[in-house]
Amino acid sequence: MLTRLREGTPDAAREGRAVAATAEAAGAPVRIEALGHAFGELRAIERIDLEAVPGEVVGIVGPSGCGKTTLLELVAGLRPADSGGISVGGATDPAERLERCAYMPQRDLLLPWLSALDNAGLALRIAGTPRQEARGRTAESFERLGLAGFERARPGELSGGMRQRVAFLRTLMAGRPVLLLDEPFASLDAITRAEMQSWLAGVLGPDRHTVLLVTHDVEEAIYLSDRVLVLSSRPARVADRIEIAQPRAADRAASVTSPGFTALRERALRSLAEAAR
Amino acid sequence: MRAARRYLAPVALIVVLLGLWELAAQWDWISNALNIEDFLVPAPSDIAKSLWEDRSLLLSNGWVTLKEVLLGFAIAAVAGIAFAILIHLSELARRAIYPLLIGSQTIPIVILAPILVVWFGFGLTPKLVIVALICFFPITVNTLDGLRSVDPDLTKMMRALGAGRLQRLWRVELPTALPYAFSGARVAITVSVIGAVFAEYVGSSEGLGHLINQAQAQLLTARSFAAVVVLSAIALGLFALVTLIERRVITWDSRGVTRT
Repeated sequence: MLTRLREGTPDAAREGRAVAATAEAAGAPVRIEALGHAFGELRAIERIDLEAVPGEVVGIVGPSGCGKTTLLELVAGLRPADSGGISVGGATDPAERLERCAYMPQRDLLLPWLSALDNAGLALRIAGTPRQEARGRTAESFERLGLAGFERARPGELSGGMRQRVAFLRTLMAGRPVLLLDEPFASLDAITRAEMQSWLAGVLGPDRHTVLLVTHDVEEAIYLSDRVLVLSSRPARVADRIEIAQPRAADRAASVTSPGFTALRERALRSLAEAAR
Repeated sequence: MRAARRYLAPVALIVVLLGLWELAAQWDWISNALNIEDFLVPAPSDIAKSLWEDRSLLLSNGWVTLKEVLLGFAIAAVAGIAFAILIHLSELARRAIYPLLIGSQTIPIVILAPILVVWFGFGLTPKLVIVALICFFPITVNTLDGLRSVDPDLTKMMRALGAGRLQRLWRVELPTALPYAFSGARVAITVSVIGAVFAEYVGSSEGLGHLINQAQAQLLTARSFAAVVVLSAIALGLFALVTLIERRVITWDSRGVTRT
């Protein structure tokens, strides 16, 4: 009960902003040109062009199974691409791209034997930071992300929204300029998801990360992104590009019900329906 | 109250079985039916008497067996986990070692034990070899299963955070495998006692197996049954100890790495 109450606090978003502002991300543009990929005979991605600059969130929506996750794995260099070019902060080599990208998978994938604090600081430990220093540095952000008091809790004791925040902080603590978010809130219930969206909007607001946000939720994409790419069903190509004039409004409820937002959502849904045909 | 109810059924069954045995032995049902001497079928009360009267003999020999079991088990645990890691990390090692691993389990201990006595004498070594050989397999196979059970998405996430092969082993695969290794250890510790006694039985100058051997030669059946009771107590105690350590070590919910 306590965890659920904490998630909704309006401070959380503002506090999140401070964290992102202090993050060590310098910013690196992502450029994708004529990207194509196949799994054997199965063509997953036909052709995708995409450009994202620091401080920008590019939302990627598409029918399920259209290769959205594959796209992020290709950008991160976790999978070698078949054709086309990907550059992240000027780097095209997969290993160098991986060093610039922080990938947040669909599931929170928290390690059940580590506390929330140690889970969030995992990247620092992997990089060789001593345990106490890693804990100290992680704890600073912990408090400001609305996770205070849960440092020692094991993932099994946290609610879905809290777990997702810890997973996001783990991604942030990797200190990479590019965030690749793969349906970060897909596993949450509708109310928690809405809360997490305004929370993320606050975190990403003034931030200099380059963010690719994959989602199947059109509303989530339009609310959080500067630009939304609508992908067609497999093999994926860009069916529509929608520029969002006022992304990440402070009042989410008012924003998503405004006439402008509704019009954009209609357009995106129509593009999706046409692309799936 | 709940604890009492939990233990009521097994305790009641044991009491009934012991009672029947006592009656059967006292009234010579078994010895008459089998047409053997009465003293060859000791009643539970005779065994209890032997447990008390032979207590120093049982304790000193029980201690010898316990040491063999603990040492042999420790060797098997270290080697088993090391082999599991090696097989897990290297495809070449997997192909080379796995057939040997399974082959080692097909060696009949009954044949091997006397040969080991010829090679190593009546001392500690042949007992350790046999105990370790018996314990090695369940520990290795279970640990290996655990190492392999890691969620591929978790591996991908660790790679994305910059973790190399050894970091993934240390931070994810070994903690995941720990509950599996404990399952293997629980199986191993139970059979290890049998292995130790058998090794003593074949050739030894001390230990519970030796005591049973001697008692049987002297037709002291109550004493050999008493030795078996001590043996069971050792096995149960070690099983409980492993379970206790497991509970202390694995404090997280190990049923699944993630719940979505």
